[in-house]
Formats: sequence, C-alpha cells, structure tokens
Amino acid sequence: MTIEAIQEELIDEFSMFDDWMQRYEYMIDLGKSLPLIDEELKTDDKLIKGCQSKVWLNSEMKNDKIIFTADSDAIITKGIIAVLVRVFSNQEPQAILDADTDFIDEIGLKEHLSPTRANGLVSMIKQMKMYALAYQTQANS
Amino acid sequence: MSFDIQIIRKDFPILSRKVNGYPLVYLDNAATSQKPQQVIDAIVDYYSNYNANIHRGVHSLSQEATDAYEAARHKIQNHFNAKEAFEIIFTAGTTHGINLVANGFASLLNKGDEIIVSVLEHHSNIVPWQMLCEKTGAVLRVIPMNEEGELLMDKYAKLLSDKTKLVFVNHISNALGTINPIEEIIEKAHSVGAAVLIDGAQSCSHIKPNLQELNVDFYVASAHKMCGPTGVGILYMKEEWGNKLPPYQGGGEMIAEVSFEKTTYAGLPHKFEAGTPNICGGIAFGVAIDYLNAIGFEAIETHENELLTYATKKLLEIEGLKIYGTGQKTSVISFNIEGLHPYDIGTIVDKLGIAVRTGHHCAQPIMDFYKIPGTVRASFAFYNTLEEVDALVEAVKKAKTMLS
Repeated sequence: MTIEAIQEELIDEFSMFDDWMQRYEYMIDLGKSLPLIDEELKTDDKLIKGCQSKVWLNSEMKNDKIIFTADSDAIITKGIIAVLVRVFSNQEPQAILDADTDFIDEIGLKEHLSPTRANGLVSMIKQMKMYALAYQTQANS
Repeated sequence: MSFDIQIIRKDFPILSRKVNGYPLVYLDNAATSQKPQQVIDAIVDYYSNYNANIHRGVHSLSQEATDAYEAARHKIQNHFNAKEAFEIIFTAGTTHGINLVANGFASLLNKGDEIIVSVLEHHSNIVPWQMLCEKTGAVLRVIPMNEEGELLMDKYAKLLSDKTKLVFVNHISNALGTINPIEEIIEKAHSVGAAVLIDGAQSCSHIKPNLQELNVDFYVASAHKMCGPTGVGILYMKEEWGNKLPPYQGGGEMIAEVSFEKTTYAGLPHKFEAGTPNICGGIAFGVAIDYLNAIGFEAIETHENELLTYATKKLLEIEGLKIYGTGQKTSVISFNIEGLHPYDIGTIVDKLGIAVRTGHHCAQPIMDFYKIPGTVRASFAFYNTLEEVDALVEAVKKAKTMLS
C-alpha cells in the first residue's frame, strides 16, 4: 500500500468517531497493539529528544524498504507512534521523504502537531524522515 | 474582609473561560498564579496614564512613575518586613536574583570553600551554584531527603563546617510542596558563619515571611507566583551584604559618577539595578501584594489547607494512586497512578479542561530519588474551590479508565 492510501484508510477509520474521547481510546488501542520491540533496541542513542515521555525509534532496511519499530513508556505517545509506523514503515526512502503529514490534522490530532507540544510528534516525524534521507544518501553513493 | 470564594473568583477574569469545551479548572498555580482584575487594571493604567522612565527625568510624568515604583518597593519592604526599603532589589524574577547572588559570591569564595544546597531544589537553584563552583573551585554539598520528601536535618548539621560559606534552600519545594524548616537551617548556618539564601518562589504565595525575624541574609521571590505579572521579582539582601557584593551588571542607573578613568557605583538598591527596570511590573507587583493582604494570608492558608486535605483524601480513594511528598507541606499534590505514565494522565485531564503540570518539574534529582520519570502535579491557590477538586478527581478517574 502507498503512504497516501494508508493515510486515507486512517482518515476513514478516525472519521467513525464523534468525539475526542473515542478518538483517544482508539489511539490508545493502537498503542497497545504496537508490536513490542527488543529491550536491546531501547538504547539511549535511539531516544527521540523533545518528548516528555521516552520514545525509542529503530529503523532497518529490508528489500529497499525501511522498517520502523518503536516504543514509548507512555501509552498515548505509543498510539501516536503506532499511527506513524503504520504510515511510514515498510516504505521506500523517497516515498517517506515525499510524504506530507496533513492527515494528522484530518484524524483530529492537530493539537499534537505544535512543535512546542511535549509529546514530540513533530520530532518523531522529523527523525523518520532523517532516517529515510540517510538511507537514500547511502543508496545513491 | 471576609473570605468569600465566589467574590474572589469574580476578580479573576480568566477563571470564567472554557478550555476544550469545559470550564477551566486551573490547578497549575505552582507554575504561575492567575491575575486579578486589580493587577490587570494597574498595568493598563500605567501605560495609559503615566508611562515614563524613572529616576532621571525632571518632568512630572517621570516623577509620577518614579513615585509609584518606589511606593511599590516600600509596599514590598513592609510585606516581607525588611528593615530598609533599599534592601529590596527589583529583579526579573527568582532565577535572576539567585544568579545575582551567585555572581556576587564569585569574588568572595576560595578554592575548597563549600556551598550547601538541598536535594529538593529547582534546577534554577542548582545550576548557578554548579557554575559558581566551576569558576571558584568551591565544592557543592547536597542535603538529602527521606521518603516523605523531608530534608534530613541531622545530615545537614554534619555537612556544616567552617568551610561552608553559603547555604541555599527553597522555603517550599516546587515538585512536592514540602515546607522546609528554614528557621533551623538559617540558625545552624549562621553558627558556622555561613550566609543563607532562601528561595521563596513557591512559598511567597502561601506564607508571609518575616525577613528580619528570620534573620536571613538573602531572600528571592517572583511576582508572578503572587498574582503579579511575569518578568519581575525581588532579591532581599541584608544591607551589609549589599555593601559587600560587587555589582552584577554594568549600565545606567547603577552608577554614581562615570569617567573613562574611573566609575563609582551608586548605593543600594541602584547598584544592582542596572538599566531601565520593569517599571510597570514593579508597580503591578505592589498592587498584587495589596490584593493578597486584603484577603489575608491567614484566610488564604486556611482555605488552601482545606483544599489540600480534601483533595488528598479524594485522590487517595483512587486505587493505585500514590502521592509523593507527605511531610509538612502546602497545597501541592504530586502523584502517579501505578502502571500509568504521568504524561498520559495529564493529556487526558487537559482534554477535560483541567490544567495540571506533568513531568519532572525542573527537579530531576527528586524524580531520580523516587525512580520515576515524573509526576502529575496539582497545585491549588486560594481561588480554587472544592468543586474543582471534585472535577480533578473525576477527570483522573476517567483518565485511569481510558488508559488502563
């Protein structure tokens, strides 16, 4: 599936909810269903700065696609990560670099987009794009 | 004036607004207090009617502004019971005051001298001393605490020696609300000839200190914690220290005479007040102090204790909820719920219109002590109500249900 198609899917899913509470409950469920990552991968160099909760993001290249795995010690943050992993994982670096993130507004999580918000959603997206850029540069050299 | 919470709440326009569709329940008072209309009016009045630079103009407007600013200094002097008005130095806030003292001591300390701070300090009360130690070769010592969040006074006594030059302790911990026994801390420090700075940032809105009786050398506080504006605060400095410490910043106002060969400094308090100060802020600070005194600190304390007792009881009814800091304290409740991250709880209660603080509260050593990433902190002011405590408890329960 393309990044755009996944984003459309998420917008559809979130449009079923009438209020913020249902949206958050769904996001919490997504967080709980996020595959666990190896404790060994939760090292300080994989921590994303700018979050009040801890967020670890790991990436690896498989068949020209980047696989993201991540975890957090806070469940709402984990839900946000789950959304991002679903959108950006298993995609080619260029597609990740080209993707826009307007869908976050459309699924009702706009409030998390402010750069000063302590959950670090913006930092997470930035870090994912940085990995994509690094792999892209590596592949081209 | 009798204490009527509904009349008091009407003084604070912000308290009638909504947040995320719910009535605002503001329980982040330890971070900053809300402002009554009287203070807001004073700010508007200053800029509308008598804005001018102070202490230097011969014109009438400048004189009016200077008189109002100096009148505010006297109000503050009376409130804190300083001996002289010139012992009250206007600063940009508590952090500024601490840095001013730390900077002054740089020229008085020698290698091997010791500075004592407590483990309960805010980051702003740790970093300036570390910087001072790096600069001078002095050594930083830390008073530890127990599980209840109280300082271990026997350990403190052992840290003191003739090497101790300075002791810096907050009156009340911002993260836990613990009230520290500053009388004893001051007395013991003085017995070895050390000076004491008390950080009143968290206590000034709850407790009216008597600086002369305390016999403290330095005391700092911020206006914004006391219903005044941000960007202004005070440093109280005993006259003898004011004469001993060198100026902090160079600039206008702090000089007596200037030539390229030699400059002589102005006397207290101007020696430490370089540049155009926050004139409006100082005046509005005076108005905030009048406002608090009109309500009365005894009435404030009684009401806040009632809120604290009620909230503690109600919150502890929630299974798995743990309160950090259970000693003698003010109206601050720092808590976690077993298995839940404080950030998650804070996010959900915010969606319900309740403002609390989450995180390490700029006091990581305390969080390290309890081995937790942070806490949820609800801090109450005299304008909060028992109904607001109920709203907090309901919101926390809802968050727990959603997050578990």
